[in-house]
Parts: sequence; structure tokens; C-alpha cells
Amino acid sequence: MTNPDDLSRRKLLMKLGVLFNGIIAAVLAVPIIRYILSPVAEERKQGFQSWLPLGELNEFPAGETRFATYRNPVVNPWDGKTADIACWVRNVDGQTFQVFAINCAHLGCPVRWFPQSNLFMCPCHGGAYYQDGSRASGPPERGLFQYHYKIELGKLFIKAGEMPTPGQKTQSSLVTLETRRCA
Amino acid sequence: MRLIGQIGDWLDARLQVGQTLRETAEHPVPRDTASWFYVFGSAAFVVFVLQIFTGILLALIYVPSAGEAWNSLQVLNHGIQLGWFVRALHGWGSNFMVAIVLLHMVQVFLFGAYKFPRELTWIVGVFLLLMTLGMAFTGQVLRFDQDAYWGLGLGASIASRVPGAGPAIVNVMLGGPIIAGATLSRFFAMHVFVIPGLLIAFVALHLLMVVKLGINDWPMPGRVVRKATYVQEYHELTKKDGLPFVPGAVWKDLCFSALILLAVGACAMYFGPFGPSGRPDPTIIQTAPHPDFFFLWLYAVLSLLPPSMETPVLLIGPVIAIIALLALPFVFGEGEKSWRRRPIAVLAILLIAVSLGDFTHLGTFTPWSPVMDAWSSDSIPPQFLHNRSALERQGALVFQEKQCHNCHALDNIGGKRGPALDSVAARRTQDQLIRQVIQGGGNMPAYGKNLSPAETTALVSFLETLRPEGQPAARDSSRAVGLEPQSGKPTAAQP
Repeated sequence: MTNPDDLSRRKLLMKLGVLFNGIIAAVLAVPIIRYILSPVAEERKQGFQSWLPLGELNEFPAGETRFATYRNPVVNPWDGKTADIACWVRNVDGQTFQVFAINCAHLGCPVRWFPQSNLFMCPCHGGAYYQDGSRASGPPERGLFQYHYKIELGKLFIKAGEMPTPGQKTQSSLVTLETRRCA
Repeated sequence: MRLIGQIGDWLDARLQVGQTLRETAEHPVPRDTASWFYVFGSAAFVVFVLQIFTGILLALIYVPSAGEAWNSLQVLNHGIQLGWFVRALHGWGSNFMVAIVLLHMVQVFLFGAYKFPRELTWIVGVFLLLMTLGMAFTGQVLRFDQDAYWGLGLGASIASRVPGAGPAIVNVMLGGPIIAGATLSRFFAMHVFVIPGLLIAFVALHLLMVVKLGINDWPMPGRVVRKATYVQEYHELTKKDGLPFVPGAVWKDLCFSALILLAVGACAMYFGPFGPSGRPDPTIIQTAPHPDFFFLWLYAVLSLLPPSMETPVLLIGPVIAIIALLALPFVFGEGEKSWRRRPIAVLAILLIAVSLGDFTHLGTFTPWSPVMDAWSSDSIPPQFLHNRSALERQGALVFQEKQCHNCHALDNIGGKRGPALDSVAARRTQDQLIRQVIQGGGNMPAYGKNLSPAETTALVSFLETLRPEGQPAARDSSRAVGLEPQSGKPTAAQP
């Protein structure tokens, strides 16, 4: 024979049990969510970018645009070749450089440099850029992504480490080149 | 035989499921639903089982590591006996699964199966479609080759456009700052654990509802669904003119599923596995990345949208499409089921099918992309060089040297990014040609800084020869009026 009082105590205990489990779940959720979001944790993100050497200055003759590669700074032993990233280095006049990301500003495909027509062309959706990286035609809404660079001890360094995507904020000191309307 | 029966009885005495299974198998279905139109759902299920099975077999060998995945696929293709066949079964199975799921969806849409009381069955089905597409995309990533690598870049570029959270979404999706080992690992987890787990749960739910609510009756024009009366009408129908699902209807499902399995096997045997294409090395840029068949339409849409429309369409389009699919049974939960009385539904299906088909077709030959090696590998057809002056031939050289051929075709050879130039001189005057070459415009780069005056003169004089025989060159009529006010006649074309 169960009396109503008993029943309500059991109900209360059950509710307490559910509540207890809920609290434990919430406590456990904190580290789990932090684990899932670790790629965007502030302390880790700061290490994404660093200065990387691309090579001696004499590998990049004045007036020419050359292919260069670097090993990404954030890397795991099992990344294999995927941590080797390519870029285009343009030596404008012997003093000034432009280092372009390989990724098209449209959807990230690898752009190729054609020195004869002085154009970068993208094989995916037909984006084209002038030699200074500004948009020439096709679906991209902007010019090629550019890396910061510096010259030290006769070597060219760029600040890199994160795949450039159209949604990223442009780094402040990088002036987005305006689309040319006519030559 | 008696022994099997005894074992069965022994098991059922403990499991207590025999009665339920028998009732489920023999539940009455309306006679005319034992139709060849009602076989797609079961076929999708059978292919799903094939995918689980072959997927486990592949996991025996596959290494989900960015450095080793491509090598392990090579081993599967060449080093393991019939590894290529299991890969091919899984790859073709995925193509068939997407196709059958879509066919199933079209069928239940046209037969009004989403209406009361099967709204939730439809909604679960929508999620099953999304998960199937999710499996297709993540599976393409696990085939870790150049297409997979740049396909991920494409996904990241799309995700990055989400206002505000975009870059963070990219980092979480890639598992770090770049496409690398962490990226492959998390797509492996999604493809092998998360989505299949959800798929199994949702398939079970979907089937449970089909059994509990009964298969959709064959739509009759004039037999209108009303919430108040439908359930009773359906039960009377199955009582009056029903037959047990097993064996009354199931034999058609079995035959069709077997045919589909045979087709998957035949395709796997005849066409072999998909890829892998080149090694996933981002420093190898001589590549033209291409998505798998079922995403080609999206690839085409991304090329053809005007740049300013792209981000809104990419981010809002899918949301609207999914909301529309989910809202469908609530907005049109009652009324006519028959496609004969639902012209807009039929037109919608036709419109979607034609659009998807057309975009997919375009995606197979990508007319919007420059042909990256046309300038060096596709020569100018001789008829365009025959009987030409030295200057005009020099212009033809400029045409090749400056990669014009990558975007412009001559006699159908070369890129299709820009217009074919076979008859450009009949459309453009000399002045217009010079302006177009130097200033570009209309989606063509400006070549003013890349051509010397001599090169421009040569190129334009070559372009001026490009018109069909007997057709006059384009002429600026206002100039003719200004220069030759007396004659007033068009000047004859110079051959």
C-alpha cells in the first residue's frame, strides 16, 4: 500500500536526481565545448601567424613574379605535404615587394601566374587578376590576398600561417587595391 | 528444418519479438500501393546498408591522416586484392544513394505523401536528405586528393562569408588555421561516426512512422485529404481493398533493390573506383579542382552568379530552401494528393529538375574557366592563318603569346570564358577592337599595360581578319556619314 505522501517524496527524489544529472552534465559540457572550440581559442589563435622566410632576395628578380613555398608554422607531424603552402612573390622595383596568397579571393582555388599576359588566372570559376593583385575579371569581389613582408639579412620574410578566406578582416596596414576601371 | 524451427521458438520465447515482427510484415497496405512507384524508399535503405558494409571494409585499410590517407588509397587500389572493387562499390553506392533519395523525394512529393498525417515522416526525410548530402561531401573529403583539398578550401571560403562568425567557423571546420591533418581527422569523425549514427537513428524513425501510419495511399484525383476524416478513410481503404505487405507488395521492393545492387556492382566493375586524383600537396598548383557529380550544379551556380549576389545567395539560399521543405507539410497538409490536380507541384519539380540538370551539364565542361594551357597547346587553326599578311600573322602570335586563346575559342578550340572570336570582325570595328583590347571591360581584363603599341596593332589587324567569308567587316556608320557625306552607301568589305 503506497500512501500519497510517499509518492510525492519519491517524485521529489526523482526530480532531484534529474537535477543532479543536469548539473553534472552542465559542468562536463564546459570542458567539452572548450575542447571543440579550441581552434578558435584566443591563446591558440595568436600563434597562428608568424614571420617565415621565403628565401634569399636574389631568388626574386626585380620586375618579376616568382613562385615560392613555405612550411606552415602551426604543424603536426601527420600533416604531411598539406603544411607546405605556396604563394606568389612580386618584386615590384627591387625595393618594394608584393606577396600574394595562392588562394583565389573568390573560393580559394590556386591561382596561376602568366608572365606573358601579366595576369593571375584561376582554374575554378575563371577569376583573373592583374600583376599587382587587383581584380581584373570574373567572380572575385576583390583583389588577391596579400601577406605582410619584411626584408632582413638579405632574406624575404612574410607573416603567414592562416589560410586566407574572403570573410577575414583585411589586415589594417594592407591597402586593398582598388579595381581598375581603365588602363 | 525442424531444428531451425526449434531454435526460432527458443529465441522467441526469450526475445518476445516474433509476434510484433509478423504483424509488422503482414500489416495490410492499400492494394494499389503495391506499385513500382513505391520501391525507391526500400532501395535507398538497401544501398545505405551496402554503404555501411563497404565503408567498414574500407576502414580496415584506410588511414585518416593527412600525410598517409592518399597512400593508403593507393594501397587499396593497387596493393590489396580487390581493394579497388570495394572502393568502387562504395563510391558508386554513394552516387546511387543520392540519386535514389532524390527520386524517392520526388515521388513522395508528387504523390502528396507529405500531407496529414505523415508530416513528420516528410520532415525526418528532409533531414535524411541533408545527411545523405553531408555524407557525400565528407566522403569526397576522405578521398584525400587534390580535388578534396581544394574542395575544402572552397567550403572554407563559403563558410568564411557568414557575417561576424565566418572566420571562427572556418577555424572550427578546419580544426586549425589551414587545411591539414586536423581537418581530415574531423571529417573522418563526421563521415564515420556522427552522420552515420544520426542516419541510422533517423532511418529507424522514418521506417517506424511508415509502419505506424501506413504507407501513403495511391492518390486519386478528387480524393481530398481532410484531417477530420483521413485516418478513418485510410483504415476503411486498407480493410476493404488491402493486402498484406509481405508478400503482397514486398516482392517489387526486393526485385528493384536487387536490380539497384546489380547496377552498383556493374558500375563498380566496369568504371572502377573514383580517383584518387593527384596528391594533396598544395604546392602543386597545376590542377583544376572539380567537385563530385552531385555538387557540379553548385559549382556552376558559383561561377555564374553575379559577384554581388554570391554571398547573399550562398548564405540565405540554403536556409530558405530548407525552411520551404520543412514548412511544406504544414502549409499544404490537406487537400488534393494527386499530381493531376497539382499543376504547380509538377511545374516546380520540372523547373528544379531542368535547372539542376542544366547546371550539372555546364559543370561537366566549365565554360567559365580559362583553359589554362590553350595558349601553348592549342594552335590556331590553319584557315585563320592562310593568305594573311606578315603583320596579321604577327598578331596571331601575340594572340597565342598573351594567352588570349585561354579564354577565346577559334573554330571551337580554346577557352569559352569569353566569346568565340571566329567572326569578331563582323561584330566590332577596328576602333572597338582596339578599345576592348586595351581597356578590357565586360568581364575582360584590360591589356593596355601588357601590350606594346606594335603588339596591339598586330593583334588588332589579326582580329580584323576574323570573319566568315563573304560577310562584311563591322563598320561605324556614323563615321561613314561624317567622312563620306556624298556616297551614303556602305563601303564594300575588303577581303
